[in-house]
Amino acid sequence: MGPAARSGTDLKRVRGLGAAHAGVHHWWAQRVTAAANLLLGIWLVASLLWLPDFSRAAVVAWVGQPWVAVPLALLVGSATWHMRLGVQVMLEDYVRDEGLRRLLLILLDFYAVGVAAVGLFAVLKIAFGAADA
Amino acid sequence: MAVSIMHRVSGHGLAVVGLALLAWWLIAAATSDEAYAIFQEFATSWMGRIVWVGLSWLAFQHLLSGVRHLWLDAGFGYDSRAAQRSALAVFVGAVVMAGLFWAVRWGL
Repeated sequence: MGPAARSGTDLKRVRGLGAAHAGVHHWWAQRVTAAANLLLGIWLVASLLWLPDFSRAAVVAWVGQPWVAVPLALLVGSATWHMRLGVQVMLEDYVRDEGLRRLLLILLDFYAVGVAAVGLFAVLKIAFGAADA
Repeated sequence: MAVSIMHRVSGHGLAVVGLALLAWWLIAAATSDEAYAIFQEFATSWMGRIVWVGLSWLAFQHLLSGVRHLWLDAGFGYDSRAAQRSALAVFVGAVVMAGLFWAVRWGL
């Protein structure tokens, strides 16, 4: 890129934060969690097909295995993180009022962290043998 | 354009309904037989079945359109005919994959 095509100062370019002052971290994290969701999602689909039935005993026996609990916990984390990033973009696109937008972003954080906490707690409780079924 | 809009719509369906139900399913299994029975009552109701079929379709739609977005992000498939073909493939593929999933699950 020639000097004429550059915008902003050299310092601004080297910081790489762009017009949103946040850089590409959000965009990149959305894509990294997408790749994780793709792999873990395919695994979940295969697992749901392989489960003999959806009784509590079958589910607890399934989640109780280390090689199920770990990817399932990772999926809960990756999916809620990806969801948090995606819904944020939607709110920033469509909610014009700044006060309302900030309030909804806080509620989104509560929802994302809440869902992740519940899901992870449940997986770990079953995995550590504390759910007697 | 439709596939891009559906990416956002399916993503938010999964976000609001899918993740909440995933958390409910797991916490119910971790809690007690009674708690799981309440979940199963919903899950096996007609309402529940419609939700599962809908969610599975949204999941495959979002998965395929997400792969398409990553492919476009990487700089491929921008020529207009290729983009239209991949968009159509996403819509058809999602329905086919959801159909196959339930055919296997219900042992058809």
